[in-house]
Amino acid sequence: MSPQAVLTQLRNSKLLSGRSAVIGVPYVWLLVFFLLPFLIVLKISVSEMETVHFKDLLTYKDGLLQLTLKFSNYEFIAEDPLYFKVYLASLKYAAATTLFCLLIGYPFSYFMARAKPSIQPALLMMVMLPFWTSFLLRVYAWKGLLGENGWVANLLEWLHVDHLLLALGVIPALGKFMNSPFSLVLGMTYTYLPFMILPLYANLAKMDLRLLEAAADLGATPWTAFWKVTVPLSKAGIIAGSMLVFIPCVGEFVIPELLGGPETLMIGRVLWDEFFSNNDWPMASSVAVVMILLIIVPLAIFNKYQAEAQEARS
Amino acid sequence: MVASQAPAFLQIKDVVKDFSGVKAVNHVSIDIAKGEIFALLGSSGCGKTTLLRMLAGFSSPTSGKIILNGQDLEGLPPYLRPINMMFQSYALFPHLSVEENIAFGLKRDGMPKDQIAERVEKMLKLVQLGKYAKRKPHQLSGGQQQRVALARSLAKRPQLLLLDEPLGALDKKLREETQIELVNIIEQVGVTVVMVTHDQEEAMTMASRIAIMSEGNILQIGAPSEIYETPANRFVADFIGNVNLMDGTLIDDNPDHVIVECADCKHYVGHGITGTEGMAVSVAVRPEKIHVTREKPDGEYNHVRGTIKDMVYFGSHTVYHIQLGSGLVFKISESNVSRHRDDPLTWGDEVWASWTPLSQVVLTQ
Amino acid sequence: MNGKKPPIFGDAFNRRFGKAWLAAGFAFLYLPIIALVIYSFNDSPLPTTWGGFTLKWYGKLMHDTEMISGFWLSLKVAFFTACASVVLGMFAAFTLVKYKRFTGRTMFSGMVNAPLVMPEVIVGLSLLLMLVSVQRWLGFPERGAMTIWMGHLLLGLAYATVVIQARLQDLNPQIEEAAMDLGAKPHQVFFLVTMPMIGQALASAWLLTFTLSLDDVVLSAFLSGPGSTTMPLVIFSRARLGLNPSVNAVATVIIVVVCIAVVTASYLIARAERQRAREMAAAQRAS
Repeated sequence: MSPQAVLTQLRNSKLLSGRSAVIGVPYVWLLVFFLLPFLIVLKISVSEMETVHFKDLLTYKDGLLQLTLKFSNYEFIAEDPLYFKVYLASLKYAAATTLFCLLIGYPFSYFMARAKPSIQPALLMMVMLPFWTSFLLRVYAWKGLLGENGWVANLLEWLHVDHLLLALGVIPALGKFMNSPFSLVLGMTYTYLPFMILPLYANLAKMDLRLLEAAADLGATPWTAFWKVTVPLSKAGIIAGSMLVFIPCVGEFVIPELLGGPETLMIGRVLWDEFFSNNDWPMASSVAVVMILLIIVPLAIFNKYQAEAQEARS
Repeated sequence: MVASQAPAFLQIKDVVKDFSGVKAVNHVSIDIAKGEIFALLGSSGCGKTTLLRMLAGFSSPTSGKIILNGQDLEGLPPYLRPINMMFQSYALFPHLSVEENIAFGLKRDGMPKDQIAERVEKMLKLVQLGKYAKRKPHQLSGGQQQRVALARSLAKRPQLLLLDEPLGALDKKLREETQIELVNIIEQVGVTVVMVTHDQEEAMTMASRIAIMSEGNILQIGAPSEIYETPANRFVADFIGNVNLMDGTLIDDNPDHVIVECADCKHYVGHGITGTEGMAVSVAVRPEKIHVTREKPDGEYNHVRGTIKDMVYFGSHTVYHIQLGSGLVFKISESNVSRHRDDPLTWGDEVWASWTPLSQVVLTQ
Repeated sequence: MNGKKPPIFGDAFNRRFGKAWLAAGFAFLYLPIIALVIYSFNDSPLPTTWGGFTLKWYGKLMHDTEMISGFWLSLKVAFFTACASVVLGMFAAFTLVKYKRFTGRTMFSGMVNAPLVMPEVIVGLSLLLMLVSVQRWLGFPERGAMTIWMGHLLLGLAYATVVIQARLQDLNPQIEEAAMDLGAKPHQVFFLVTMPMIGQALASAWLLTFTLSLDDVVLSAFLSGPGSTTMPLVIFSRARLGLNPSVNAVATVIIVVVCIAVVTASYLIARAERQRAREMAAAQRAS
């Protein structure tokens, strides 16, 4: 090898080391603090508790290597109708929340994106502002608004909306809004609405409005143009927003705890209770593993979208 | 390029750049003399920018060598090369003022402060931006930004200056003024330049020599007039300026001329070319070298007959499109030397087009 | 436009219905915040009945040692979370934008993005179980501010990466090349050119991760130990028991501080941008 080639190699390897530090630090950090913990949860979910310790999965005794996997937690989850109901309820409430966020958020983002350009930054800031202020406190506020004599409770009673809600079976009695499926979904919709609006707005704001003029020119009514042009073009925003709302809602804990009731158990709360009240770590881990299985498909969709959006930008 | 001569200032030796199977640059060799302004001309994707980036050091050749002033540049990162570049987008640092932009490279070299100040002032004077020293790039117009970019790339007195589409971001009128100004500044400094452009007018007016590139290959290297008047092949003839190309066969090879037979006429080519009889060739004639007449010209060679399909008036000249018997459309450009033509030609007129025996080029590939 | 057909809905419809929808949406978003602030001045023992104006809850807050120590802990954790998130997020964003090919890139981007949506109970539980295993093995870390910081950093890294990545992608890569061409070594390119250009994104990533950390309940609940109760944990434990005027008072303080900070920052940014646009227009005219 010529001295120059050696020099080249040296430089390249040096360059490589700078590069691997930039990649390596966050990578290793995520492997250790994000991926490894999941593997540990997986392991503990099939471990046996021995008073305060877990039994090792692999034991070596009398020349015999033994692998002990305890699947009873999973069997229990599969057989107990309570768990099944809770999982189903979580998916149901998360789906309802996503739907309401979309119904409120789509027109909202749409009109925001079509507002005067000069006021759009201000509108955007007003959407972001609640996001910056404590989410816990804003959820807590609904306790007062929906409780007895609360502003919203009074308004709903005055409008007789409670009759409708009772007929739908989402509140326990006339004038009682708290600790019901209604208050739960309302709270989640409220909390996650900005997560729906922001990606939708970003998507709708960069749409080429001349496409609509072209559609009108070709004879489409505004309504047709909206459904045939605007909505299909905002598909990416709809998917991103929906996933940003749906996935965290499935495992939501704080909102069901503050606004939900005994009727509205969600997995996040079950997991919490298994862990903090029953101290049953293997059971809590099993619940977590099943929850991950539930959200793995939406999670994959989200990641794919996210990666595509990032590639498209660059 | 004779072997016994001293090696050229910049030697690009059999350089190949392979992007996973696609040869963006395919065995390119160019020698460039000191002080020359050399242009790489081609449409986008022809490999000219890839070649320029290899000179700058942003990517390295798959094989081949680049030697500048006797030094092999292989493995030398961009920040160690005595080469500076003016970027297409100018790439001015938005957070630094004009003078800080110009001083950026000098500071990296550890030049003493007073010398930096002196050099920056000189550069600002050179590009006539003295009073804009404290401004930020966004406070300048496009033309001024271009001059800052030039001053910045000249500040370190590079051995080689690279220009990437130097005038591409300017509007047409400004571009014409800037071309001449840019060449003046470069000649004043005496730096060797390699520029990349897709604009043939830019290459023609600025460069002393041009390389035409297509699909990673160099098709011809030569002075602007050489490339225009004696293109080496059909691609170059067609790429530079307008041309009428006629396919034909060489039927008679004589010491002082050849005869080529095409569908519409026989060509008498009177300059030194030769070939075997029966060889398939193309004959190229530039539109401005053709005359239109109503009467049949004398002799049996170098004229065609056709109908005027189209006329476009450009003020200084008029372009006629003439449909020939074979279906070929001939482009002819006539200077409007007087204000009126006694017998104006019009659509549908039957006319003759003729040219002299020295105005064609015979192309074999 | 052909004049006959307005591009979307009818113009009048668009204007009126659109305005109404936006107004209703903002009312929905801001109603709870306004209610919190108003009821923090309520002098009634019944939390939803107005009993006159008072400042007594703020007075009590001054002597609320639990809340105050929680506040300082939260502030400390949030500060270090924000700093570490910005540094790691910058690395991660740089990796995702600049290095298109390396082994495990898909997994890397997946791991960066997943915490954005992953239910916090899962992240909290898994991180805790790992820390417990490590502790059993090595004898540390004790659960406390340090472990909370680790959890928050996981979340903060994801958000910081998204914010910084968006800015990095908008940068003209030729500017960094120009710096290198002029003799800047890779680290100089980064500190002298890249960093100053993404400064605003770094600042907003810092603020965002700071507020996220300041607000987090679930991760803190899993990862805190005895004696390390953050402010949100104090608020949460009180809120679970029912309405509590002291919570309203804390809320009002937070809301006022955050609003002033965010509105000021937005105003300053908007003003700088307007100024810049004016200068650019002037430069074009002058030429």
